[in-house]
Amino acid sequence: MSEEEFQLIEADAHPLDGYLREGRIPHIFCPACSLGSVTNILIEAIKEAEFDRKKISVVSGIGCTGRIAGYLNFDSFHTTHGRAIPFAIGLSVTDPERKVIVISGDGDLFAIGGNHFIHAARRNADITVICVNNFNYGMTGGQAGPTTYVGQYQTTAPYGAVEEPFNLPDLAASCGAVYVARWSALDVRRMKDSFTEALLKKGFTFVEVLGSCPTTFGRRNQLAEGKKILEYFKEKSEIQHGADTKTVRIDKDSQIIVGKFVDIKDKKTLTDHLMAIQRMSKATGKKG
Amino acid sequence: MGRVEVRFAGFGGQGIGLMGRLVGEAVALYEGKNSVMTQSYGPESRGGASSADVVIDTEDIDFPKATDLDYFVVMSEEAYSKYIPRLKKGGILFVEEGLVTLDEQADKAKKIFKIPATKIAESLGSRLYANIAMLGFLCANTKEIVSEEALLKVMKTKIKARFVEKNLIAFQKGKEHQQEG
Amino acid sequence: MSNQDSEIPVVLTGQHYTTGNHAAAEGSIAAGCRFFGGYPITPSSEIAEHMALRLPKINGNFLQFEDEIASIAGVLGASWGGVKSMTATSGPGYSLMVENIGLGLMTETPCVIINVQRGGPSTGLPTLIGQQDIMQARWGSHGDYEIIALSPSNVQECFDLALEAFNFSEQYRLPVTLLMDEVIGHMSEKLIVPPKEELTIISRKKPTDPPDKHLPYKADDSLVPPMATAGEGYRVMVTGLTHDERGYPDLSPEAQDKAVRRINDKIRLNKDKIIKLEEYMLDDAKTALVSFGTSARAAKGAVNRARKKGIKVGLLRLITLWPFPDEKIDQLADQVDKIIIPEINYGQVTREVERAVHGKTEVKGDFRLGGAIHTPQEILKEIERN
Repeated sequence: MSEEEFQLIEADAHPLDGYLREGRIPHIFCPACSLGSVTNILIEAIKEAEFDRKKISVVSGIGCTGRIAGYLNFDSFHTTHGRAIPFAIGLSVTDPERKVIVISGDGDLFAIGGNHFIHAARRNADITVICVNNFNYGMTGGQAGPTTYVGQYQTTAPYGAVEEPFNLPDLAASCGAVYVARWSALDVRRMKDSFTEALLKKGFTFVEVLGSCPTTFGRRNQLAEGKKILEYFKEKSEIQHGADTKTVRIDKDSQIIVGKFVDIKDKKTLTDHLMAIQRMSKATGKKG
Repeated sequence: MGRVEVRFAGFGGQGIGLMGRLVGEAVALYEGKNSVMTQSYGPESRGGASSADVVIDTEDIDFPKATDLDYFVVMSEEAYSKYIPRLKKGGILFVEEGLVTLDEQADKAKKIFKIPATKIAESLGSRLYANIAMLGFLCANTKEIVSEEALLKVMKTKIKARFVEKNLIAFQKGKEHQQEG
Repeated sequence: MSNQDSEIPVVLTGQHYTTGNHAAAEGSIAAGCRFFGGYPITPSSEIAEHMALRLPKINGNFLQFEDEIASIAGVLGASWGGVKSMTATSGPGYSLMVENIGLGLMTETPCVIINVQRGGPSTGLPTLIGQQDIMQARWGSHGDYEIIALSPSNVQECFDLALEAFNFSEQYRLPVTLLMDEVIGHMSEKLIVPPKEELTIISRKKPTDPPDKHLPYKADDSLVPPMATAGEGYRVMVTGLTHDERGYPDLSPEAQDKAVRRINDKIRLNKDKIIKLEEYMLDDAKTALVSFGTSARAAKGAVNRARKKGIKVGLLRLITLWPFPDEKIDQLADQVDKIIIPEINYGQVTREVERAVHGKTEVKGDFRLGGAIHTPQEILKEIERN
């Protein structure tokens, strides 16, 4: 877009009008946090997927990302810490037409909620899980978490983190997710395309978004400005569609492999299985 | 009639639980009395001794467990040793004589009824009918627990259709069994 | 339970001989439950097994989750999906559920939790009776709330009160606990299931205003707001945070005061409709027994035996354990010289009775610590001891 083409839009309407809950804005996210743009991108993807808006439910757990559900003007559920996924499964199985989206953070989904994630992937529950991974617990002030990389400084890792982090795409893929992708907060368009694909696909679909958290992650790791984190992502990331997920772990100063890693076709979903059980139960003479 | 406590006991696979259920249901649904049936439960019920208790009363059953047995129907040695102390003095013992050897503890029984239930069942093609043969024997020798009519009604609804006929024969054989001596 | 017809009945009208666990499952189904999420635990597993068998036949879903935390979360989700939902567990599993029971209370989500109690603390007595989760059911989750808990004393009541638990949960919009115990859960007795049309089934009140005008947490005088669920176009906003009438988080003391008062008061206001008691030979009693669940059977037996000896004893059986019948106990304290509480724990209901008598009469617990149940004779001895 050239200088001449740039013009200020003056209008009463905002493109996201009706998709955000009036009265809940401004949001609580820090300046330069990527959650605002992830929210925006998720809405764009939902629009693009052309779902009946009534049929969309958004569920989150606790944490910064966990607040996204509450800003969206869909049926939205802000649940307990770590429990968004099983709550979402309850919503999903009660209406096979319902599209249930879980959006939450790395601590919520992979520490306290890790068990639910692996089992939901195993049973191929019909939900889309988006994890905004900011490498730390932001809401509580910057503690180390399950994706904190070795050598990263956080309030509970004052000498640098020593534990191995989870490689989220690999975890998702090995547990049976039918769609796995990762993008950084910088990859706006590709992230939206992935969200749309994940939403349109049946079964357990997973997108990891590497988020920028200048306040509680960046500040302690020489990336104190949001721009610096995005520049870091730009410098380090490399698109490798179809990459073996075993090769995509994130280390300090390593390349960050992004892309669509898994896209499996025609795998029976939890909903398929439950409907099959209903048919079987009626056909057999099993007493009860 | 007051409270009557019956324990069926044997080893896993003999259908002890079914005996309790059939008798309990027959009493409660077709004889206008109350009954509570409980089964041994938990780790102790895996393998080894299995038991099912039926408490029968014309009044409300205020204590659902059997502790002082009026009747003890026993189909294994292990169950005999384990539960014979629970038989009331003057209680009545029904014994699978091919599988249980009685000792002096049985002396407190007012009456002892013996039947080779497993042998009878085997003559019908499967030892699985031993429990029903025992029930037939029980019906023939005491009127205090359950009537034959009620028991047969329940058997016809609770036993899988293809096994009903053989079980009815087993019941009849048990009923007709005359113990020796 | 038999099902001979080719058409699969939802309500198994007729007489059955079955266990408390199966009766509770059938009562839930009769109440309209069509989603069960659970995790195996002794002595409640037969409820899950029965639901796994039955629900798919009547277009319901059974899901075995990875743990009890997921189970109750799934149950809440399913309830917001518009389906009557439940789980069943025992003490240790209930402990894992209490955080999300709190979410259910705060978000006013109808559902039923059956706790078939065993002996505790901890793994305790997995296969044997306890009545030790009375206080866990009352105060297990954090924060201030009122709850409803019901306690059956026989197999018939397992059916009846499971159905009632659903009705209460739908009417007052909260998780309701059915506090069974191992003995009731596992024993078989006669159960009569009435014809479907004779059952009273209550379902959540639905909003009548259009979505753009609707305030999901605005209640009328009943203090219970109508409930829109997912997919109805109301774009429900549900959060465990303190929220305003729109459902939006409002972290002010004023919002907290209003929200927390209402979720408590909706139960306090309707206490008389929720509290169910059986009074047995209390009219001229000088000694009263207060008991519930399995213990209440032996307590009644003790009353019968004492009466034969000319001792003036009666029984107050708590069918509703929570909310606690303070007023009734207070009246009883004016009448009797002594209240004895046979219970299978170390004084959980006894302490409540002590609180409610206001020092007006002697209160004595008759405790079993789990694993064994009182005999009527033992309770009689306690009555005769002065």
